[in-house]
Amino acid sequence: MAIIKIKNLEKTYNKKQIPVHAINGIDLTFQEGEFTALVAPSGAGKTTFLNLLGGLDAPTGGSIEIGGKRMDHLSSAERTRFRLEHIGFVFQAYNLIPVLSAAENIEFIMELQGVPKKERSARSKELLEAVGIADKANIRPGQLSGGQQQRVAVARALASKPKFILADEPTANLDSKSTENLLDIMQKLNEKENITFIFATHDARVVKKARRVITLEDGKVISDEVKK
Amino acid sequence: MRLLTLAWRNLWRNKNRTFITVSLIFLGVILTSLMGAMQEGSYASMVKNVVNFYSGYIQIHQEEYWEDKNINNSFVRDAKLEEKLSNIKQIKQVIPRLESFALASSGNNTKGAMIMGINPVKENNLTSIGNKITQGSYLKPEDDGVLIGYELANKLQLNTGDTLVLLGQGYHGVTAAGKYPVRGLFKQSNPNLNRRLIYLDISKAQDLYSAENMLTSLVLMVDDNKKMKEVLPILKENIKSPYSVMSWEEMFPIILQQIESDRSSALVMKGILYIVIMFGIFGTVMMMVSERKKEFGVMMAVGMQKYKLAVVVFIEMIWMGILGVLAGFVGSMPVVAYFYHNPIPLTGKGAEWMADLGFEPFMFFAWEPSVFVNQVIAILVITVFISIFPFIRILGLTEMKALKG
Repeated sequence: MAIIKIKNLEKTYNKKQIPVHAINGIDLTFQEGEFTALVAPSGAGKTTFLNLLGGLDAPTGGSIEIGGKRMDHLSSAERTRFRLEHIGFVFQAYNLIPVLSAAENIEFIMELQGVPKKERSARSKELLEAVGIADKANIRPGQLSGGQQQRVAVARALASKPKFILADEPTANLDSKSTENLLDIMQKLNEKENITFIFATHDARVVKKARRVITLEDGKVISDEVKK
Repeated sequence: MRLLTLAWRNLWRNKNRTFITVSLIFLGVILTSLMGAMQEGSYASMVKNVVNFYSGYIQIHQEEYWEDKNINNSFVRDAKLEEKLSNIKQIKQVIPRLESFALASSGNNTKGAMIMGINPVKENNLTSIGNKITQGSYLKPEDDGVLIGYELANKLQLNTGDTLVLLGQGYHGVTAAGKYPVRGLFKQSNPNLNRRLIYLDISKAQDLYSAENMLTSLVLMVDDNKKMKEVLPILKENIKSPYSVMSWEEMFPIILQQIESDRSSALVMKGILYIVIMFGIFGTVMMMVSERKKEFGVMMAVGMQKYKLAVVVFIEMIWMGILGVLAGFVGSMPVVAYFYHNPIPLTGKGAEWMADLGFEPFMFFAWEPSVFVNQVIAILVITVFISIFPFIRILGLTEMKALKG
């Protein structure tokens, strides 16, 4: 079932009055349970694409439909609410809230959703177990390694039970062992819980694990390959 | 609950910045409290000088007396009036006086003096003059001696036991003359009184001025200004011609004007101080918002509404405000308390100037809740006002702008 439909997506920036087409007419569809890598050299538009997909930025043309809802028809507050309910984010620099412990970072998202405390605690425990760092629940991000922080970030992204997770260069700051562990965790979650993952990356290890690889160049899709 | 906790924990992320901001607020509260306490203390001292050492809060005179302080403008003592006044609950005491002027003489020395005929017991309740005797003893009821200000006594070269001659004009132009033994010398905190004042028993003063059963004033003692304000309209309503009822503020309007004008200039000074504090806090807040822009972007990206984010930062500011204000409150109390019990003595020209004006040459501090509470409220209001800035900044952020940092 298609959960994301993108039609003729465009994003043009004006740099010193010269138009720069960061995204230049992309048509794509993402199915539920995909594990997709969006590959492109730096500056080719993958982060812009992810931002548009996550409703963080507004397209200058075309449309994005997620679960039957047009993103461009939502107000800023509605987009924020939509992200909270349906999209999980994993950032390159982890971006955890430094003053909250690992468990609190996960629970924070659920608290924004209005999930009762008991349920929040149970789910954060469950998610930390799923990413293999249940013993770090009460530790703040500053005392965790990069790999551990990124696992917390994945758990946080899963906290709201989203339709899909957008991960922007999630392995860029990790060593090979941490990368391998993280990808295994995400792959397991994808297979077990049918969560859709879309990665923006140029990490060959991520591409290797992905079942679908979309390549962008100059804001356009130049290849879209589904592995067998 | 989480927003409060989040804001509280955010405070301690950058301890130096929090420390600087809290210190600024702390200093602001301390400085403005000290300023306020000093101000109110000096006003209270001015009022005390007038009210407790001389005039009382309210006086009743013959209606022309205050404009023309002449023994001929005295009035016949009315026991019924005094009884009526004593029955008003706010009035603690009714103190009769007969005041006039005379030449005070001893040997070849003569000086102009203010003569105050008093009821020694009642007058002592008002001015505690009995505690200010530096030599000799206080007057007994019906005493035929006098008390004399120590400076005047020095000028007249008088000691206790010596004889003082008073010469002046009595009621309706009768010659007033008398010889009185000096019972004691007093030292009031108001130097003017030490240079000019002579006390004698009221009956002896009436004899001196041939003003039998006459008074120039009835001094009414109440607990404080608040009580005075309660009772004054009642008195004005009920006591009519040939009497006039005057509050100390009406008798000495210049003191009130002085206080009001000083309050205004102090307000300007405080305003400048508040502005300095405001910009100090503003600077650190601006830095905080700029530094955390990316973090704000992330929080918005993961689904936190902008207004909630703005509320967190607002609460952080309020936390800082509360911490600074509490610290300032706790810090300023012992300082003000110390100076309240140990007023700063003035020296040199400043002291002379104060003494010339008839005030004690000290810098007094007030110990009033309003001194602290007003500053605490003012600084908190400033903090809340400054908090509006990050609030607006955050509401104006877009996710992309914020994520770029």
